[in-house]
Amino acid sequence: MTNEEVAKDLIRQFGEDVYDFDDPYGMLTLSTKREQIIPMLRYLKDHSLYQISFLTTLCGIHYPDDPNPEREYCIVYQLHSLVNNFRLRIKVFLSEADLHIPTATTVYLSANWMERETYDFFGVIFDGHPKLTRILNMEDMDYFPMRKQYPLEDPTREDKIDALFGR
Amino acid sequence: MSTVLDISNKGVPGTDLPAKSEENVQYVNELTTLNLGPTHPATHGIFQNILQMDGEKIVSGEQTIGYIHRAFEKIAERRPFYQITTLTDRMNYCSSPINNFGWHMTVEKLLGITVPKRAEYIRVIMMELARIADHLICNGILGVDTGAFTGFLYLFEERENIYEIYEEVCGARLTTNMGRIGGMERDLSAEAIRKIRAFIKRFPPIMREFEKLFNRNRIFMDRVVDVGGITGERALNYGFTGPNLRAAGVDYDVRVMNPYSSYQDFEFDIPVGKSGDTYDRFMVRNGEIWESLRIIEQAIENLPEGPYFADAPEYYLPPKKEVYRNMEALIYHFKIVMGEIDAPVGEVYHSVEGGNGELGFYLISDGGRAPYRLHFRRPSFIYYQAYPEMCVGTTLSDAIVIMSSLNVIAGELDS
Repeated sequence: MTNEEVAKDLIRQFGEDVYDFDDPYGMLTLSTKREQIIPMLRYLKDHSLYQISFLTTLCGIHYPDDPNPEREYCIVYQLHSLVNNFRLRIKVFLSEADLHIPTATTVYLSANWMERETYDFFGVIFDGHPKLTRILNMEDMDYFPMRKQYPLEDPTREDKIDALFGR
Repeated sequence: MSTVLDISNKGVPGTDLPAKSEENVQYVNELTTLNLGPTHPATHGIFQNILQMDGEKIVSGEQTIGYIHRAFEKIAERRPFYQITTLTDRMNYCSSPINNFGWHMTVEKLLGITVPKRAEYIRVIMMELARIADHLICNGILGVDTGAFTGFLYLFEERENIYEIYEEVCGARLTTNMGRIGGMERDLSAEAIRKIRAFIKRFPPIMREFEKLFNRNRIFMDRVVDVGGITGERALNYGFTGPNLRAAGVDYDVRVMNPYSSYQDFEFDIPVGKSGDTYDRFMVRNGEIWESLRIIEQAIENLPEGPYFADAPEYYLPPKKEVYRNMEALIYHFKIVMGEIDAPVGEVYHSVEGGNGELGFYLISDGGRAPYRLHFRRPSFIYYQAYPEMCVGTTLSDAIVIMSSLNVIAGELDS
């Protein structure tokens, strides 16, 4: 079971909807469309040979500087096949205007809190989630703190200039 | 105190009060809302469980977490790589060396640094000591929660000895920043090696005594056997890893499946349970303590000679003496401290076997001095979701034992 095998199988199964294949540090990475993410997770989970049936992480990334507004937000699913010791990373890119993605709780129970955390941090709406509320931050927070436009330091401070300290 | 309800229609005995009507008695069937936490002696950390009780039985539960959320992932986006250990320290603070070395290994993977064998062996020793300390706390406190204080007291003395070893190696006890990107901050001193050897000698009889106190103890077994069981399939679906998953019969251990830091050099077994109940979790942790001890013994006996840090001058601070005498060392020192070193662009996932399971670091670097995005896979955050399901149908005292045996660490839960 190699990266190429799985990649070819996914292309055979999902055709045009899988793209951007890469293997940074040996881990197969690919992107898909949001319509295909749940069928893909299910396909990999039910595959009799691969059995990629463990959701290791689910997290969001914000790319505000990406020239393509369709790729501003990224949801990353990292899966693991405990039988074959094979890891796989699936990315779904979303735009700020349409931050919706189907929930993965229908496939993995563990996705519940991971999706709540991603909602809490980035404001991504997971459609069909049983209880999509903030989990780590307080309920009445009115912004999504992990987005890049919210600086960590108070921007009015002059004693901490980015060029000297940090980014 | 509960009063006996007289539901016969004869009026309240001994008084002139009227007879109780049907409406009056209905409240007996109402559910009671019970707050377990945020500050409760049995949660061992700050998180809340809102339980719905029908008499003694738990009908449903819901967790509220985030009381000590410190936004580590956000803070990490502004910190140079070497300053992030102060965050990982404080995740699972019962076994902070594992978190720290896990982070260092992630960065080394990104940079392509090969760490010398000696440093890897020292790391293994420290990580296994941390695992022992972590499991000692969990199992000791499980004893306290079932009403037995003695075991806890015995074990804490040994935990103290482990912390003294940390102190000898790095000076700190809880937030041990003993590693660096590229190796260790300093070599193991003769005194540290002596202390580790003394620990290996001293600890087994005490651990055996603890096991004698608990393993076949009738009272303890009555409290934990068949309490909070979970099937392996269900546990995997909930994202369990570590001892809690292995207690359910799935033999997934990162140390064996994806060996890091020379774990492939050591001979050790993976204790696996069967029913996934509290007793199995307890026994798996006890078994792991013995296996960790075996690993430490092998590592200290076969400790290779050689350097304790990699040749990575752009990341590993040069010795202070060199900084004053040697121009290159001064330049590298300045560049590291001022953060003028560019990391390669890339994304890397690395995981280690933490005290509670697969502790993962997903690092995305855009070439700057700090991560573009850093996501921590915290095992307790993921498996704590299953807690209500494991509690439903049990009593409050069982719920406390289940929580204790899951070893939920608030720092790791909230990060």
